[in-house]
Amino acid sequence: MTVMSNGTTGATDFDAMFAERRANLPGAGQPWLTALRDFGMDQFRRQGLPTTKVEAWKYTNLRPLQKIAFAAPSPFDGSLQPGQLPSLLAQDGGGRQLVLVEGRFCPELSRIGDLPAGVSLEPLAEAIRRDPGGLQAYLGRIAHPVGQPLLALNTALMEDGLVLRVGRGAVLNEPLEVLFVGGVSPQAVAYHPRLLVMLEADSRAALVEHHVGLGDNAYFANTASEIRLAEGARLDHLKVQSESPKGYHLATSHVWLDRQATFVSFALSLGAQLSRNEQHVRLEGEGARCRLNGAYLMRGRQHCDNTTLIEHLKPDTSCREVFKGVLDDHSRAVFQGRIVVHRGAQQTDGHQLNKTLLLSNTAEIDTKPELEIYADDVKCSHGATVGDIDEEALFYLRSRGIPEKQARSLLVQAFLGEAIDEVGIPALHEALLSRVADWLGTD
Amino acid sequence: MLEIKNLHVTVEGKEILNGIDLAVAPGEVHAVMGPNGSGKSTLAYVMTGRTGYEVTGGEILYQGRDLLEMAPEDRAAEGLFLAFQYPVEIPGVPNTTFLKEAVNALRKHRGETPLDAMQFLKLLRQKTQTLGMSDDMLKRAVNVGFSGGEKKRNEILQMAVLEPKLAVLDETDSGLDIDALKTVAEGVNALRTPERAMLVITHYQRLLNYIVPDHVHVLAKGRIVRSGGPELAQELEDKGYAQFAAAAA
Repeated sequence: MTVMSNGTTGATDFDAMFAERRANLPGAGQPWLTALRDFGMDQFRRQGLPTTKVEAWKYTNLRPLQKIAFAAPSPFDGSLQPGQLPSLLAQDGGGRQLVLVEGRFCPELSRIGDLPAGVSLEPLAEAIRRDPGGLQAYLGRIAHPVGQPLLALNTALMEDGLVLRVGRGAVLNEPLEVLFVGGVSPQAVAYHPRLLVMLEADSRAALVEHHVGLGDNAYFANTASEIRLAEGARLDHLKVQSESPKGYHLATSHVWLDRQATFVSFALSLGAQLSRNEQHVRLEGEGARCRLNGAYLMRGRQHCDNTTLIEHLKPDTSCREVFKGVLDDHSRAVFQGRIVVHRGAQQTDGHQLNKTLLLSNTAEIDTKPELEIYADDVKCSHGATVGDIDEEALFYLRSRGIPEKQARSLLVQAFLGEAIDEVGIPALHEALLSRVADWLGTD
Repeated sequence: MLEIKNLHVTVEGKEILNGIDLAVAPGEVHAVMGPNGSGKSTLAYVMTGRTGYEVTGGEILYQGRDLLEMAPEDRAAEGLFLAFQYPVEIPGVPNTTFLKEAVNALRKHRGETPLDAMQFLKLLRQKTQTLGMSDDMLKRAVNVGFSGGEKKRNEILQMAVLEPKLAVLDETDSGLDIDALKTVAEGVNALRTPERAMLVITHYQRLLNYIVPDHVHVLAKGRIVRSGGPELAQELEDKGYAQFAAAAA
């Protein structure tokens, strides 16, 4: 396997894994899909897992991941019960939850129920079996794996995931939760879930991605999402990442917005030893809008990377990006926010803000905004702040009898509260606030 | 209740308090007046335990206990309260949340059951009547966007809700017009009881027309140079601080 000098193979032989499994992956009989997978593998081979010499990965070192020999997951042995699984939706049992265990759909753990007219929801493997032709125009097109090794690896090895299609004018009101469960196999496994979400004109949906890890062992979740919003469509998206302490979570997401489409996203990162959320958004039609928000709460020696690329391709598009983080102990976070305003994208309105609260003097944040502006009638701003807790505010609270630990907790919640208020799914505010409170409580 | 004995305090290497002696008994209201730089706020901050103030001599006994040994939240738990001159803004923390946490921290310390949201709101409503504070102000973040007068009223509201044994009011009148001053003074006076003591720190005599003290002390260059009854305040108003500054030199 040839690898260029700025990449490496590491302990896992993905090449051999691909060669072995290629003939049995979903869609093996479909030339276009086989070609797509081969292309993905080829792209991965060119770079291998990125090292810190690759600019986009300068602050996130994948060496710990490279040292582990991951295997493909074995079939699910049925060892989990529905009652054991967490959910972000209201606990009255009414919510739709699609469960993927180590990247594979588990019907016995999921509950979909009846779907509104115009809404189609299927696990990816099933969609490939049932109507491969229907996916050809989208799969691998929106998230094209050139120059993105993790996405390329997912393209080659993806087995299952989700295909959500919402037809013209249709509405999926109640949030759909996709629960990704990792850490079930006793050995270290790598899996590559894939989400394909297509909203047709004027449709609406709310999607919740919930990543949880069980147990203590290492695993590698390499997810990829392709999202296309047609004219006037709106997707509210929430992602909560709570992988196991030794888990690795690398996610790549590509979102295309047509005219007047809206994408509101919030990503909460809590778990994993090392995680990266890479989001690429293309505002391809006039009047398209996106809100890309997130929060990261890290402690111990965790590492969390949020890397975004927002491209304004047409006039009158807007994006607002607010990422807030709280870092304790020796944790480390990275924020790389790139905004590109192409020629002709006049009247673009782009704002980016990254704020981090450091609770210890060994925590660290690398924050790198980048603005590339090729149009001359735009409004763009970016800002980054890094600080610790306001001592005056802390003293004020203590002088009223609030114990120090509780006072710090109140201030951290206040800091994050603003970010959570922006989540487009109000029904989930409580769930998110309680996640934050839990994190603070286990200090 | 409060005994300050020969207190010396240094701030950033400079001695600000040069031997303060002061005794306050329950039910008494003491005014501490002085020109700028005399150490009035330093005294208030040292009492509540703010960092940056180094006690180089003397002691403060509160209810017989060494106050300086106690953490700020413990001093509050024991009934000490400071109404700040410049109350800090705390974005993202709603006023009601803050007040409820404070009340329940106090109740926990006293072994009482905490109040739930409904019970607390009921308690709060009773107290806000007299101070004319709207529900809107309570929902907003602590002091954020509050005018000077509203901030001071918020301090008095906290005092009313927390029911301290010893309340220190640090230049509560600063930045207030006459109407705001009257409202704040009414709020303070409503809290005067035979068990509660107050230390009213002020630069101007005007406040003391509304909150009439039992004793007045003049602070100049870090020491109390003269003590007397309420009429001392009027004397200061007529003659100014110059004579006392000279005496302290």
